[in-house]
Amino acid sequence: MREELLPPAPVLPSRRHLLSIGDLTALDVERLLDTARSFELSLEREVKKLPTLRGRTVVNVFYESSTRTSASFELAAKRLSADTLSIRAAGSSVDKGESLKDTALTLGAYEPDVIVIRHPQIGAPHLVARLTRARIVNAGDGTHQHPTQALLDLHALRGAFGRLEGLHVAIVGDVSHSRVARSLVQALALVGAHVTLVGPATLIPRGIEALGCEIAHEIEAIGAADVVYVLRLQHERMQAGASFVPSLREYTARWGITPARLRPGQRVMHPGPMNRGVEIDPRVADAPDALIEAQVRAGLVVRMAVLYDLLTTSPAGVREASAAEVA
Amino acid sequence: MLVARPGPGADLVVRGARVLDPVERIDAVLDVVVDGGVISALEPPGARLDNGHRSIDGRGLVLAPAFVDPHVHLRTPGREDEETIASGTRAAAAGGFCAILAMPNTDPVVDSAAVLGALVETARAEAVIPVGHLAAITRGQEGAQLAELGELADGGAVGFSDDGRPVVSAGLLRRALQYAAATGRRLALHCEEPSLSRDGQVHEGTVSAELGFAPYPSVAESLMVERDLALAAYEGQPLHLLHLSARGSVEALRAAQERGVEASAEVTPHHLCLTDEAVRTLDPNRKMNPPLRAEADRAALLEALRDGTISSIASDHAPHARHEKEVPFEAAPFGVTGLETAFAALYTALVEPGLLALETLLERLSHGPARVYGLEPPRVAPGARANLVLLDLERRWRVEERGFRSLSANSWLLGESLRGAVRLTVADGRVAFPG
Repeated sequence: MREELLPPAPVLPSRRHLLSIGDLTALDVERLLDTARSFELSLEREVKKLPTLRGRTVVNVFYESSTRTSASFELAAKRLSADTLSIRAAGSSVDKGESLKDTALTLGAYEPDVIVIRHPQIGAPHLVARLTRARIVNAGDGTHQHPTQALLDLHALRGAFGRLEGLHVAIVGDVSHSRVARSLVQALALVGAHVTLVGPATLIPRGIEALGCEIAHEIEAIGAADVVYVLRLQHERMQAGASFVPSLREYTARWGITPARLRPGQRVMHPGPMNRGVEIDPRVADAPDALIEAQVRAGLVVRMAVLYDLLTTSPAGVREASAAEVA
Repeated sequence: MLVARPGPGADLVVRGARVLDPVERIDAVLDVVVDGGVISALEPPGARLDNGHRSIDGRGLVLAPAFVDPHVHLRTPGREDEETIASGTRAAAAGGFCAILAMPNTDPVVDSAAVLGALVETARAEAVIPVGHLAAITRGQEGAQLAELGELADGGAVGFSDDGRPVVSAGLLRRALQYAAATGRRLALHCEEPSLSRDGQVHEGTVSAELGFAPYPSVAESLMVERDLALAAYEGQPLHLLHLSARGSVEALRAAQERGVEASAEVTPHHLCLTDEAVRTLDPNRKMNPPLRAEADRAALLEALRDGTISSIASDHAPHARHEKEVPFEAAPFGVTGLETAFAALYTALVEPGLLALETLLERLSHGPARVYGLEPPRVAPGARANLVLLDLERRWRVEERGFRSLSANSWLLGESLRGAVRLTVADGRVAFPG
């Protein structure tokens, strides 16, 4: 009986939007990565622009600063020949106090096919999904989810290792405040990789092990990993009242990723923007076998794949017709 | 002091209902006669065929003491767009309540005899059922200086609370306990250690970890409960604990009661029916303070309600304007409405599946909360003021936004189908619902 009082069926059919990695199945991830790979091959053949989404409209709304994500979404939409419109909170009606609801209704009135949204508050993309008919891509909501980052990380990993299943990834640092870490842990679990979260208990959320990862507090725990994924440590984490770490100096001394802490063959990733000399030693960041640039490159093709997938996968049947255009 | 719009007492007879009053130990099919607002007789069905009174067919229905809600936010003064005394009492009557107590965290705060006096006047003009008001413990609920508790008690305050906020200073709370003793009114405490709940949005556990919410751990409540109980024990004064949510709080309360501390407590329907799993939809109508907690917490609350450790059910009816809840979860204010759904939610979730006896539910909705604040408990007995609710336990209904009498619709039950409907509410001798 209690079940009847619990949330009714999910408000959002899972594949209409990309709000969370939790919306995806392993098959969805595989299909998205395969699509990204085929886009990668077509771009290598110097066909920079595909006609696939001609006549479609993609709106990017960014309530937080972003370089990589906003640039790659815009470029991804353009490479697929969609019309794009990019709006930043600064300089828009948001500055005049317009609510997210009214902004969503305004943008919805132009009937875009996709709205890509980044917002500092958890649940913002879900609200927009309830208020408009567009498909919604979550480009980061607060400390909740950043699903396209996790997908591009998988793409970069698959490119480097040729596989995902069985890989061991150590995620080091401020997991508590990281939407990247949450999406990545879920995504790695979907593809059968093994995850260890490493950092002081102040930065690892209590209960996160339910996502199927291990937790370690000593930096030595990265030794067994194939990949060391370094998270950004934000300066405000040690302000008075917060005290997640005593000082950046101590954090760097204990959990900073330096050449000495890595063993040969270990690959290093970072979602950016980096605090060089804090969570990551510049020599590690610039090492030729770091995957950080591969991540950035993966961003474009993975976001192309996400837009393509959302606009062609459902209703069923449309996808087969369009797939031919990619090949 | 409870106040309502004045009016003549009703003459009516409810015929053939199953009369259920767990405190008076009545469970029988009877006709209940009300003369001039007072219960004059309980008789075998059909004993007196026609006395000229309005006759209400109660066959197949349950007639019980009407409910008392010890914790309601009427948003008056200050946010009359969200609720007024008129709309809030109409909503309460529709929910089967014959009396409600309003919290003082309004704008301005009810912390002076002048503000309280104006509220009492408004209630006398527009309350369709009796309303009592709690007044603030500290001026402006700022936790720095005591409010004028004596004058507030004289002005009609039924108790004192800084609800919405804890009294952070242990020293000030001690003074409040000492000083309130002279007023004969109980302190009702919102237990939250702010350095632990800081910015917290969702119960600390697997759900908050997965969704990325700033965590609001259960120890933030139970630690403050332990502190407040220790002060009450030391001073030998009673206190009431508002909206308990955590197992640790229940354990501390039970232990204090066993040591002889005069501590009462309340629990809300949402904490009895839902866990933090319900937050996964990111629906702002699942956001409240204290937050929905884990299954072990919910089970401990239910057990404490069953065994009487927790004596009262409180809706913590907290209306919010639509535009304030139609925002991302993280930006939404805490609180949900509950006056019109409290009985049906608990009947559906707990009584129907056999987890709670109907008699216990009725007692905790009526006699239990009345006792906390020393109010005359509603009862079905000759000579008592008529405070009656007629319940249809078979009726299924759907919770819909347009069905509310409350001015706000931020219910955690929107779209749900519930069993158990209120057919009639008699409050202080008058028919308050249907009105």
